[in-house]
Amino acid sequence: MASVLVQECERPGFSFENCQRNAFLASKGFPVPKAVKTGTTIAGIICKDGVILGADTRATEHTTVADKNCAKIHYIAPNIYCCGAGTAADTEKTCSLIASQLELHHLNTGRVVRVVTANNMFSQMLFRYQGYIGAALVLGGVDNTGPHLYCIFPHGSSDQLPYATMGSGSLAAMAVFETQWKPNMTEEEGKQLVNDAIQAGIYNDLGSGSNVNICVIRKGSVDYIRPYGDINAKGKRQGSYHYKRGTTAVLSSKTVDIEDVSVHTVEPVESMDTSA
Amino acid sequence: MSYNGGAVLAMKGKKCVAIAADKRFGIQAQTLALDFQKIFEMGPHLYVGLPGLATDTQTVHERLKFRLNLYELKESRHIHPKTFGNMVSNMLYEKRFGPYFVEPVIAGLDPKTFEPYVCSMDLIGCINEPEDFVVAGTCTEQLYGVCEALWEPDLEPDDLFETISQALTNALDRDPISGWGAVVHIIEKDKITTKTLKTRMD
Amino acid sequence: MALYTVADYRTNVGAKTVPFIPYDDNGGSLVAVAGDDFALLASDTRLSTGFSIYTREQSKLFRLSDTTVLGCAGCWCDALTLARILEARMQMYLHEHQRPMSTPAVAQMLSTLLYYKRFFPYYVANLLAGLDEEGKGCVYSYDPVGSYERVHYKASGSAGALLLPFLDNQIGYNNMENVTPEPVGIPKAMQILKDAFISAAERDIYTGDSIFINIITKDGIQEEKFALRRD
Repeated sequence: MASVLVQECERPGFSFENCQRNAFLASKGFPVPKAVKTGTTIAGIICKDGVILGADTRATEHTTVADKNCAKIHYIAPNIYCCGAGTAADTEKTCSLIASQLELHHLNTGRVVRVVTANNMFSQMLFRYQGYIGAALVLGGVDNTGPHLYCIFPHGSSDQLPYATMGSGSLAAMAVFETQWKPNMTEEEGKQLVNDAIQAGIYNDLGSGSNVNICVIRKGSVDYIRPYGDINAKGKRQGSYHYKRGTTAVLSSKTVDIEDVSVHTVEPVESMDTSA
Repeated sequence: MSYNGGAVLAMKGKKCVAIAADKRFGIQAQTLALDFQKIFEMGPHLYVGLPGLATDTQTVHERLKFRLNLYELKESRHIHPKTFGNMVSNMLYEKRFGPYFVEPVIAGLDPKTFEPYVCSMDLIGCINEPEDFVVAGTCTEQLYGVCEALWEPDLEPDDLFETISQALTNALDRDPISGWGAVVHIIEKDKITTKTLKTRMD
Repeated sequence: MALYTVADYRTNVGAKTVPFIPYDDNGGSLVAVAGDDFALLASDTRLSTGFSIYTREQSKLFRLSDTTVLGCAGCWCDALTLARILEARMQMYLHEHQRPMSTPAVAQMLSTLLYYKRFFPYYVANLLAGLDEEGKGCVYSYDPVGSYERVHYKASGSAGALLLPFLDNQIGYNNMENVTPEPVGIPKAMQILKDAFISAAERDIYTGDSIFINIITKDGIQEEKFALRRD
């Protein structure tokens, strides 16, 4: 049991082996560094034929922008997508974990997974972690009971709503929804509305920025539009800062040639049966 | 993150990538060594930079090497930088509630197409894959500022070297706990060029 | 365990003291460049608090005289008060001495005013730019409690750390070999200044919307506006 190998083949789930050390460091005045948060605007609506999800593309670290074009609409199942706000790694990993469990569920049952199932799995998982997994989600999808939209909070509570917003720009986006949303909107109207809501977050909330991503889920088809509409391009620089070669002082230089760039292609003996 | 200090930067060029780091090892304001390695070779076209707490730099490197060896034994092929990124990300997220204090930066070329690839991560494994450059360590603000101004697309290897070196050295000068020498790796299809830079030593 | 939990809850119940927080960070960045016969001072025009924007059109520059401009970023109420007091003091100087205050004199007075509030400081990043008695461009940079120095160029405020290394490189010619440093002229300085702000607006959430530039020469102060990203 105590061999080096066994320790490396770690048990599934979270590992807490650094916790004691990190607590000690914190007591000496070196707190755990902050992870990337997505100060975000995410939104979703139910329209006539399906669900439309939207998100901005800025990820922030304190007051600096860490990622200018990140994807916050995550794949859950072919008919379900999920927007994430909060701690970026948490939303990403939680979504892929649930996506994998739902895929197994789909293979076991042989049916199209329902949005309510995804909602239950998310809220149960988040509740189990008592809010320490900082994921605030807008979950949307279409199943054989129709289009559904859920708003899931980091502590595990969830609401089923016709239109929902989350993240630091949620108030800006909700202001747009509250004035303009109406039942049974067409897809084109819906896309425009979600775009307006996300834009409201992008321009009026400092935690949100860059471009709009939109995901349209209909019965039987999905459109993931990245980016939607005009992009917020980088300002045009006045000059070029091309250096003359030899500008930087070099102490030593070493070049290693890579001779054999061998590429092995491994042909699978038999492809895995994934048909439902 | 600011106990030992240090900074890593990676940039994409035309059919090449560059990754650079400072060489300081210190304990808070006291500098102890000027030859600390923060960038590690993980394959013929794959490098990873691990700025942060020095003990974790070395631990994470060892663990990554272990996992990479298992991968290569199992698959008998070189890993794609993107796959490697996911491997690092998963390893870090496993320790979500007791993380390693490192912010990995990965730079490499696709083993088949030799497409440039760079990515960075926060300490719990949130991947950031931009089109231009990634920064990590104690002077990210300074690095973001210069890189946004200096970087331009499709730089040739020699020009990429000048741009990444100027960006790094000028950012280091405005961070008291990074610097004391720097190293740059330029990764091309047929060769790796490693250069050490002359920097301020104060 | 349940009992402990209840006990924990009870210790948290009760009146909370409301802390006195007299400061707010309203963001904003400043860049100043001094040349042989001119000085440039620029600020962004976004005034914000937390994650929201108060206005996109607030210049943080205060024209104190025909040759002196002050840039203040940080707690906006402190900036306004400080600028108001400076203006009043300069009026008093004018009436007493029958001539406007010189830029180095304003610089010294600003330092004194800041240190006067040593234990309840003005929460502002100050840059003072102008022409000195000989007509040369000068820039003075301050900390919040009055330590100051005369510099050739400086960036401060929320994006100070992003702006400064680029200026070091392009105006200070740091870390460059085989290049002869030459004094920067107005067009080149304007270009570098704008590019520095474009870059900072990409990465600092408190910097954006537009920049407001004051060009101080012996012929007076010219103003220029330049648009930045607004998200």
